[in-house]
Order: sequence, then C-alpha cells, then structure tokens
Amino acid sequence: MSTDMMALIGHATLQTLYMVLISGIISGVLGLALGLALYVTRPGQILAYRPAFLVTSAVVNIGRSIPFIILMVAIVPFTRLVVGTSIGTNAAMVPLTIAAIPFVARLIEGALNEISPGLIEAAQAMGATPKQIVTKVLIPEARGGIITSITITIVTLISYSAMAGAVGGGGLGDVGIRYGYNRFEPLIMLVTVAILVIMVQGVQMLGDSMVKRANHK
Amino acid sequence: MIQLEQLSKFYGSDHDAICALNNVDLTVPKGSITGVIGVSGAGKSTLIRCVNMLERPSSGRVLVDGQDLTQLDAPALRKARHDIGMIFQHFNLLDSRTVYQNIAFPLELMGFDKNAMKERITPLLELTGLSDKKDRYPSALSGGQKQRVAIARALASRPKVLLCDEATSALDPQTTSSILELLREINQELGLTILLITHEMEVVKSICDSVALISGGELVETSKVGPFFTAPSTKLGREFLEEFLRIDPPKSLLDRLSSDGSDKPYPVIRIIFNDENVASPLISQLARSFELDISILQAKIEDIQGHTLGLMIAEFRGNAAHIEKALARLSDMQLSTEVLGYVD
Ligand SMILES: Nc1ncnc2c1ncn2[C@@H]1O[C@H](COP(=O)(O)OP(=O)(O)O)[C@@H](O)[C@H]1O
Ligand SMILES: [Mg+2]
Repeated sequence: MSTDMMALIGHATLQTLYMVLISGIISGVLGLALGLALYVTRPGQILAYRPAFLVTSAVVNIGRSIPFIILMVAIVPFTRLVVGTSIGTNAAMVPLTIAAIPFVARLIEGALNEISPGLIEAAQAMGATPKQIVTKVLIPEARGGIITSITITIVTLISYSAMAGAVGGGGLGDVGIRYGYNRFEPLIMLVTVAILVIMVQGVQMLGDSMVKRANHK
Repeated sequence: MIQLEQLSKFYGSDHDAICALNNVDLTVPKGSITGVIGVSGAGKSTLIRCVNMLERPSSGRVLVDGQDLTQLDAPALRKARHDIGMIFQHFNLLDSRTVYQNIAFPLELMGFDKNAMKERITPLLELTGLSDKKDRYPSALSGGQKQRVAIARALASRPKVLLCDEATSALDPQTTSSILELLREINQELGLTILLITHEMEVVKSICDSVALISGGELVETSKVGPFFTAPSTKLGREFLEEFLRIDPPKSLLDRLSSDGSDKPYPVIRIIFNDENVASPLISQLARSFELDISILQAKIEDIQGHTLGLMIAEFRGNAAHIEKALARLSDMQLSTEVLGYVD
C-alpha cells in the first residue's frame, strides 16, 4: 500500500472516530435524559404523567422505525440548519445523532426497568424527592446497564457511520466503498474492514471492563 | 404512637375493586412492639404500607405521633417520613453503595454533612455489629447482615417508629432469631415503637407485646400476646395456634390409628393446655379418678413470654364408659381436645 493510501485511511479513521464520538456523546446524554423521562413518567412511576409518557413513547417509536438511510435524506433541511451544510463529516453526524437518541432512550429505559421497584420504595419511605431518586438511586443503580447501553450504541454508530460515509460523510465507510469496492482494491477493503472490526472490539472490551467495575453485584 | 382509624384500601377501579383493607382500627402504643399476623393475601403489606403512605388509603386516617399523614402535601409527607423507619423482606439495599454508604443514604437525603453523618453512622455500625463490614458491598453480605444494614439505615434518621414488612421471612431460623433479638434490643434501648407484620407465629411469640390478627382485610382479633397464645378468641386465632403447635405424630402411631372406634376401643387424644390447666396433674387426676391407663405419646411445651402453652398426644386405655367420662371432664374444663383416632 502506498503512503498516500495509508494517509487516506488514517484520515478516514480519524473522521470515523470523530463522527462516532461526537454523535455518541450527544445522543448518549440526550438519550439518557429521554430514557429517564420515559421511565419516570410511566403510569405508576415516581413522576407518572400519562400524556407525557404517551407522547415521548410515540416519538421514540417513530424515531426508531424510520430506516437510517431515509432519515438521513429526510432531515437534510434540519442538518443544513444545524451545521450549515448537508455534506461532509459534520453533516453526517446530525442524522447519526438523531437516529441514536431514541435507540439509546429505549436501551436506558430497559436498564432502568432492571432496578428492583423495592429500591425506589425504600427511598420514598425515607423521604427522597423524585430528583433525589433519579440522581441517587436510578442512575447509580443502573450504572452497569447504562454503560452497556452506551457501548451498544457506539458499536451501532460505528457501522452506521460507514453508511453515512458512503453518502458523502467521509470516514472508513466512504474509503471502503470508493476504493475497495468501486476501484476494486481488495487490500483497501480489507484494511478498512479490519480497522472497523478493531474499533468495535476495542469499544466492546472497554465497555465490558467498565461495566465490570461499575457492578458490585 | 400509631393510630389507624377506619382505614380502608381498595385496589382497582370502582366496580371491580379489590378490598384489601376494610375499616381497620389499630393502635400501636408508644414503645411497644405490635405484630400484625395473617395468611398471605390477608392485607398485611397493604396495612403497613398505608402507615407511611407508600400506599394511599382509600379512606380513614393514619396518625403517627398525632399527625394525620393522609392530610399532608408531598413536602410535609417527606419530612414526616424521616420519623418513620422501614425495613423490608428483601432488604432493598442499594447495590452500588457500600454498607456505610447505604446507612448514609437517608442522611444524604436530609442534607447532613460528612462529619455529622459519621457521628450518626459509627454507633449504628456498632449496634448492628457491622463495624468490620462497613466498606463491603451488599453482594458480599449474608441475608442476616443485609437486614442489619437495612435496620441501621432505617435508624439513621432517628425515627420514632419502625415498620417491618416481613423482615425475617427471607431468613433462616437462626438468623431470624438474631434479627428479632436486635429489634428487641432497639425497642428497649432506644424506646422505639415497632409495628411489624408477619405470617409466622414464631415472630409474634418472640418479640411482640400485642398482636392483631388480620384476615380478608379485616382485623378479627386484637390482644396481648400472652392471652392470644393461650386462649385465642376467634376460630382463625385457634387455627394459627394449632399450626404453631403442630407436631406430626410418629408414623408408628399413625399406622396403628384407625378412624373408626367400633373395632378399636381406645382413643388417641390431642390436648392443648395452658397455664391454668397444667397438664401433668391433670393427666394423673384423670387416670386416678377414672381408673385409666393414660400414656403420653408425644408432647410439646412452649414458653410464651412467661406463659406456658403445651400440646400433648395421649392414649386413653380402660373401660369405655370411663373413657367417655374422662373426655367429658376435659371438655368441661374448656380444654381444646380432639380425638385423632382409635387404637387397640
Ligand atoms: N398493587 C396492587 N394492586 C391490586 N391488588 C393488590 C395490590 N397489592 C395488593 N393487592 C391485593 O390486596 C390483597 C392484600 O394484599 P397484601 O396486602 O399484599 O397481602 P399480604 O401482605 O397479607 O400477603 C391481595 O388480595 C392482593 O392481591
Ligand atoms: Mg405481604
């Protein structure tokens, strides 16, 4: 492989990392908030409020049912509004983030559902406010599940970023398609895929070890 | 200290609502340990959860230290809950926190600073025998130790009352008695009022001063523990007592036992006796007066906080007419007797 090629792949790797990291952080934070909202507003829960729960739940379901490719195209005007352009790495991050938020929200909601309702009751019996329950019970007790959710999301974002890359977002997916596929350079295809595999492995291993440290079960 | 007045609780919508509590009146005197006993589904948990409003009563009043909790808004209720400790069957400890941090939890909620917390927690660790385990996580504790942490946590806010929802039901008998002992100690040393619910007579027997029997959401019998064990006034009370005193007759006896008295002449009788009609003189008196051979096949004697309670299975041998008379004498004495069968 030429040094040019290597520089290209190196650059693409950084682009992928950048896309995944930024969209992972933003969707992680917003998805966590949305997941908590889903959990606490559910009927019978500490801030039960049916209308809010139904609306949030419906929005999340809609978000999750739109195919990523369609979402990418459909929100072009919004993307332009946010980052000023509809092509390039920055532009690719917008649909990635939007797609990941409801995904994270459902995963977080699932992680929260694993918490024994007895813990919330015990906290209520001790006079905890809803805010204290969220910060001192829900989040710490679901820490392992939350980290698992974020790990799954980042792995998913890595593969989605390759898709986004194919339509002008740059990154490893873009290189893989343009050189590996269109120009039929199997080596480049192999290298890009290998880097993606290593990324996924790395993220998964990091996530697993963090979960292990977070769980005292 | 705790007064429940005409407390009712319905679950579900109007027409197909389940009545879990029906006009319950209960008073728990300051400094006492009061037990509520009943079978599964009787409404015990609902009752105790109404005391700190984990369950909103459908009607009635809940007074804790004179304050009607049903009338409080959310902030006032949260404040009132600091005076009501609670422990649970499944402990409900935070797995993400160490023993020390679990006990600190209620104090964090109340806004204590680190030093003030430590001052409160150290003696509690000692009281519950957890000083050397303070940095362990709950996953590394036994059930009994977990319940001790839960007790320390419940005491951290210095509550006036402690609610125990089947606190020993998940523990083995030995651990149960050590936890009950701890509760007794807390009651005596801190003067804490305790309301506990249980389905086990053993728990009532070991630590309660008073007991209320609940069935189908209604309190059917309320009394001091002594009288409750020696002479329950309701059928359900007697059933609980019998279950408590239950002994299984040996197989050799069961094999000989026939339910029909026509071919086998001698009855095998189960007698429950108490303080007032202590068994041994009674048996020898019967034997003498009616010229019977009475052999005791099995017996069990319980000490219920100073009162004697016993159960005996005995075989009556002798003249059929005399046996009749002896049995009549027993029932005259208001003893609970039952013919288990006949032998030859
Ligand atoms: N959240 C609930 N919703 C509907 N029914 C309930 C609920 N909690 C308890 N019940 C019903 O109320 C009755 C009393 O329950 P509970 O107080 O838990 O009894 P216990 O603690 O004595 O076993 C039972 O018939 C139970 O099925
Ligand atoms: Mg119960």
